[in-house]
Amino acid sequence: MTKAPVIARRELSSYFYSPIAYVAMTLFLLATGFSFWDDFQPGRVAAMRSIFEWMVWLLVFITPVLCMGLMSQEWATGTIETLMTAPVGETDVILGKFLGSLSFFVLLLIPTSLYVVMLAIYSVPRLDFGPIFAGYLGIILVGALFISIGLLCSSLTRSQVVAAVGAAAVLFIITIVPRWASEKAMLPPFWRGLSDQLVFRRYTDFSRGVVDTGHLVFFIAATAVCLFLSVKVLESRRWK
Amino acid sequence: MISVSQLTKVYGQTLAVDRISFEVGKGQIVGFLGPNGAGKSTTLKMLTCYLPPTSGGATVAGFDIFHQSDQVRQQLGYLPENCPLYGEMKVEEYLDFRGQLRGMDRETRKHRIGFVAERCWLKNVLRRSISHLSKGYRQRVGLADALLHNPPVLILDEPTIGLDPTQIRATRDLIKELKGQHTVMLSTHILPEVEAVCDAAIVIAGGRIVAQGTPDELRAKLRTEARVLVECKAPAAELEPTLRRVSGVKDVEVLGGGQYVTAAVRPKDGYDIREEVARTVIQRGWPLREVRLEHATLEEFFVQVTANQAMAKTASSEA
Repeated sequence: MTKAPVIARRELSSYFYSPIAYVAMTLFLLATGFSFWDDFQPGRVAAMRSIFEWMVWLLVFITPVLCMGLMSQEWATGTIETLMTAPVGETDVILGKFLGSLSFFVLLLIPTSLYVVMLAIYSVPRLDFGPIFAGYLGIILVGALFISIGLLCSSLTRSQVVAAVGAAAVLFIITIVPRWASEKAMLPPFWRGLSDQLVFRRYTDFSRGVVDTGHLVFFIAATAVCLFLSVKVLESRRWK
Repeated sequence: MISVSQLTKVYGQTLAVDRISFEVGKGQIVGFLGPNGAGKSTTLKMLTCYLPPTSGGATVAGFDIFHQSDQVRQQLGYLPENCPLYGEMKVEEYLDFRGQLRGMDRETRKHRIGFVAERCWLKNVLRRSISHLSKGYRQRVGLADALLHNPPVLILDEPTIGLDPTQIRATRDLIKELKGQHTVMLSTHILPEVEAVCDAAIVIAGGRIVAQGTPDELRAKLRTEARVLVECKAPAAELEPTLRRVSGVKDVEVLGGGQYVTAAVRPKDGYDIREEVARTVIQRGWPLREVRLEHATLEEFFVQVTANQAMAKTASSEA
């Protein structure tokens, strides 16, 4: 496990060589900026709830793009062979790639802290930082889960396009579909219960400022499962 | 340093490597020779712990490739086929990254990168991005990476493929210089390469070892596959029986032609029949235009070897 930081650092720096990362970054900041502009009006509650909800929508499309190359590029170019013939374990590789991506995602969030500063300056009753911290915690947890799903999809195929589309489909199903479904009044109880268990419902609590242990465990465990499966996929080349 | 016993690899239904066994001594340079698809790369991938064997085993520097894969990988420098690299990185960054993966500290990395850059003629491209490098330079980056941690065992999969003649010569010289300090196993499908750099060669076809020995021994084996081409003005019907009577001749085949007829004469093992053939033709008063020893190319050798194998297989399945 000692080599994971080395791989993470390489992965993070490689983001800055690719135009895709800059495009994703621009899109993300542009969209959050617009939604902040909408929120940042006289008479509104000084909070970032709508920004945070926007971010989840955006992440459904942005994380697959950020993660598509993580493993599939290694398969396609054959660099996996040089990587795995160095004294490095499968866990190191997956964990390294995950941490590299997550660091890039956190970097992506840093400019949005500017909005917090603006709110703190302009809000008339003092700004309540609680929901904002909870919101950031939530968005990082959602990001981590999405990245681990993207990583799993990327490790399953040599094609970056397939990886991106696959990951986007999975994220769409676990995030946006249940949200639409829950708005339908006629939903049978089973499906309603299921849709409550998925990402959006759990995430909205964070953006309200509620840090529920159950939600924390859900995100961390789901991320861990995806990472574990990715390690197994990487190991599976040895079973063939 | 490398000891392989009964190593086998099956991909699905295809038998890629079939129970091969060999030994490579310390400090030796061994060529792994074979046509494409013979199982060379698969064997090397198993030795470098990238693929596990289906059955059989091997040790590298005394460590088992299956159970002690970490130690094996510490002892190895590996240049994979086609030399995959991270294109977006600079040469120096890449070597530094590889050094970190191998757990080298900052000082050692700096020292070793300087050393391998010197050795592989990379000094002036260290700050260039790998994706902008020519094939020859990329290959050298791969080689530099394999040498970075000064490993006792080097495994190079087709190290000179895609290089221009000058680079090929330079790479071969480099490999020759490594002799003694490193044990090198390199794969190739070019016979002169083995003759130029290797102490011994292992010839593999269809997943099996078909010949093994020093380049001289291999050449001797090839010579028996050689034939003498005789071109003279003679009646085709008489030429064949006449040549058959020459001592040391195994087989004669008249290839035809116009006024001048060409005959291919196969000698028995260890005979050089050229002088005798020329004398016989001249004695008969036939104008002689050419007597030429034609070495079987490695390609023919492979074709023959694989054909023999296919025959042996059908024979054994019938029996």
